[in-house]
Amino acid sequence: MKKLSARRRHPLAALVVLLLALVCTGGLYTLFAPAGKVKADETAQSLAIDEGKKLYAVGCASCHGTGGQGSSDGPSLVGVGAAAVDFQVGTGRMPAATSQGAQVPKKKVVYTQAQIDQLAAYISSLGAGPAVPTKNEYGPEGADIAKGGELFRTNCAQCHNFTGAGGALTKGKFAPSLEGVDPKHIYEAMQTGPQNMPSFPDTTMSEQNKKDIIAYLNAVNGDETESPGGLELGGLGPVSEGLFGWIFGLGGLIAVAVWVAARTAKAKKS
Amino acid sequence: MSSQDIPEENLPAEQDNAHGGVGVVDEKNPFADPGLPPHEHRVQDIDERAAKRSERAVAFLFTVSMLATIGFIAAYVTIPADKSIFVFPLGHISALNFALGLTLGAALFCIGAGAVHWARTLMSDVEVADDRHAIEASPEVREKVFSDFRQGAKESAIGRRKLIRTTLFGALTLVPLSGVVLLRDLGPLPEDKLRHTLWAKGKLLVNMNTNEPLRPSDVAVGSLTFAKPESLEEHDEDFQNEIAKSALMIVRIQPGNIKDKRELEWSHEGIVAYSKICTHVGCPISLYEQQTHHVLCPCHQSTFDLSDGARVIFGPAGHALPQLRIGVNDEGYLEALGDFEEPVGPAFWERG
Repeated sequence: MKKLSARRRHPLAALVVLLLALVCTGGLYTLFAPAGKVKADETAQSLAIDEGKKLYAVGCASCHGTGGQGSSDGPSLVGVGAAAVDFQVGTGRMPAATSQGAQVPKKKVVYTQAQIDQLAAYISSLGAGPAVPTKNEYGPEGADIAKGGELFRTNCAQCHNFTGAGGALTKGKFAPSLEGVDPKHIYEAMQTGPQNMPSFPDTTMSEQNKKDIIAYLNAVNGDETESPGGLELGGLGPVSEGLFGWIFGLGGLIAVAVWVAARTAKAKKS
Repeated sequence: MSSQDIPEENLPAEQDNAHGGVGVVDEKNPFADPGLPPHEHRVQDIDERAAKRSERAVAFLFTVSMLATIGFIAAYVTIPADKSIFVFPLGHISALNFALGLTLGAALFCIGAGAVHWARTLMSDVEVADDRHAIEASPEVREKVFSDFRQGAKESAIGRRKLIRTTLFGALTLVPLSGVVLLRDLGPLPEDKLRHTLWAKGKLLVNMNTNEPLRPSDVAVGSLTFAKPESLEEHDEDFQNEIAKSALMIVRIQPGNIKDKRELEWSHEGIVAYSKICTHVGCPISLYEQQTHHVLCPCHQSTFDLSDGARVIFGPAGHALPQLRIGVNDEGYLEALGDFEEPVGPAFWERG
């Protein structure tokens, strides 16, 4: 048993777990075939919850408590929902290195997506919360980019800047840049409000609103986003551009003028 | 410039004696004009081949400029406006913008560089001294101007035909009034416009995202919502003026975590509504941190504690953010229970 647990982070562990789950599901399906598909799904779900509980006990319980009730080192996870787990673990913010510091930054993801799904299944079994969104919800189909821009400027731009370049908050906290963030994670962040970010639940910001915002971000700050003018200087607005013009533009002109005047044209150099 | 920087031959001859302390100083004129230093030639003045090289260099720069201008026209005509290329280190940029900027920049730079090179190497560089002349014109010229003026005045009959003269002065005096009258657009004085907003008893809180009135169950703990007064629509003529005063941010705090007694009274089940306008210089302020309940102003870092009556805890703001008293109407929607108690935005009225 010890040997098995030592290999739980092996790259193929997820595959093994998945195969196991499939075999069990298949086996159970044959046993309970008359009970129908729902039962099989439930069984797969409860298996995922069991696996997630094991992962939780190893990786999360020291801060969030053995039953997800929270401790002085980490908040309660009852009712945060699968979306919060998928965001926090899927962007590498969790597990956090320390509970100290201004905020937990994004870092390398340590769990596989299958393990994250199991953790999410376990956490959502503790109390109902927002589910992981489907591609249908955050995909580009049917999104209004212009409307998304308006919504982004109303709700998000105060912290994340007009094009999602990010910005500073109080006491070392900051709103991270949204460049290159998976649309699914943006959706989950709006829904769950990670760390000091307020949440924007479906009741006040509809699913369509969120879809529009994601489409806007992809248009202005995506991997393929063009910057027709060339150097975008971080997209921080006219301040960075003005500073660049003053320091490098005017500075360069002054340097050239000094260089031209400093070189004598005379044959006899003095 | 200190005297050490001046080449020896440029200094007046007397100075050597003066410094020596034993020589005789010219007592009549100890600061005689030393005159210009001897002219030094450039390579191009001495060597005709160097001059030819410079000529070719200047001509080359001007030719490059011509080619760049032709390139500019060609780029404008041939490159489609939506074509995008990758250029290191600029990233994905518009091919047309890049080509136009590069060619126009080269065309202008080569004209400038050629002109500078021409002036420094080939144009005459002989030092020229030119004495100042009197500003006043010669007596003959002055006499001619005055007599011409007198003749003109006489021929126009401005002195004889007094009606024309008087009406001309009247017209010239009145014309500037049209400019003065336009200044009226600076008024009228705001009177009490800044003291009141659209919020009034019974006005519903409308979600700015969905344009629907808010219910208490819509607002979750830790969420942030922006609201406007009911019946204010974005296409209204005075929308910007009104929203600038009545913009609202709505958060929900566990009632047990609200420290200020009045804030709790004015809230509905922990839902609090505060003005979104900073009390320092009126920036929109909504950098809300849901764990600390702090709101930060992006302009000057004023920080307000929304769990303690929006008290100022940092920065230059003079007083707390105004809170809007809210409740729930019979149909279960959030409504205002009146206008803000104090004017929103900067606190200038407290000073006068």
